[in-house]
Amino acid sequence: MPLFTDLISYFENSALADSLRENDLLFPFIESVHVVAICLVVGSILAVDLRLLGLASVNRPVSRVTGGILPLTWGAFVVALTSGGLLFISNATKYLGNGFFVAKMFLIGAAGLNMVMFHMIGARNLPRWENDARLPLPARLAGGVSILLWIAVVTCGRWIGFTMEPG
Amino acid sequence: MTIEVVLRDLSKWLAATPLSHTIQNAGWVIPTLQTIHILSVAVLFSSAVLVDLRLWRALQRDVPLADVARRFLPTIWPVLLILLITGSLLIVAEPRRSLLNTSFYIKMTLLAFAVLLTAGLQWSLRAAPEFWDKDRGRRIAGRFAATVSILVWCGILFAGRWIAYTQVG
Repeated sequence: MPLFTDLISYFENSALADSLRENDLLFPFIESVHVVAICLVVGSILAVDLRLLGLASVNRPVSRVTGGILPLTWGAFVVALTSGGLLFISNATKYLGNGFFVAKMFLIGAAGLNMVMFHMIGARNLPRWENDARLPLPARLAGGVSILLWIAVVTCGRWIGFTMEPG
Repeated sequence: MTIEVVLRDLSKWLAATPLSHTIQNAGWVIPTLQTIHILSVAVLFSSAVLVDLRLWRALQRDVPLADVARRFLPTIWPVLLILLITGSLLIVAEPRRSLLNTSFYIKMTLLAFAVLLTAGLQWSLRAAPEFWDKDRGRRIAGRFAATVSILVWCGILFAGRWIAYTQVG
């Protein structure tokens, strides 16, 4: 894929990537922002997943729970994506060669797919059962899969730091 | 004997314990402990922020503040215990990394502050569910407390990440 590699080297050789590599404070700062955002994404999604599993907030309808929490999740996700993108371009080639990084990207994709599938299939008759404490199997499954995927995302993310020398 | 000498000796002693050796020799233990640590931080931080955002009337306005607090704040205490255990094990594994590191002490100071703030919030709402809604002054004070809480938690996460960058040799 020459286009892809061209794009990668374009970003990696940009002035922005240069300053990310050379400024001693910028990289840890963006990393910290990334950790803050990831924590909010994972923690807030967990609250929704526990509702789907029937383990928390069971006396609230599902749509109220999601409506009160997911705006935070999405806001934090945008920040995580932006900060993560900046960390990535500082050393794109090295990250792409790191198995944990690649696995993390696929796992985030899988978490997204799980969410889309829940919205399109699992949540089709939502108004009919969203007040129940114990939800239909597809909803519980979506919640359980989501928790496992996000734990795996965080695990891979932490391992990137142990398998790749910065700079 | 200065405090620095004490901490240096303590670090040396901890690093020589069998537990420290065991953790250091199994390469997967430290990353796994750190992963559990971060996941716990995610739960704690998100719970606090969800209550703080309700104090700001930004999210979950359809539920009383006391209900939101009752749903999210009690989780904080058992999870804090997991954090203290994983954190302590990480210190035993690599004592110099934290005990001789300013970022670590900033993190602990901020953590103490966050714990007090959260306990205070929980206590005030248990004593009077309308505590932060009584008048305009209380509502402004609530927003101020929520802002401080969010900033302190962000400070804890930043200081935590910074430990990796300010460790001595």
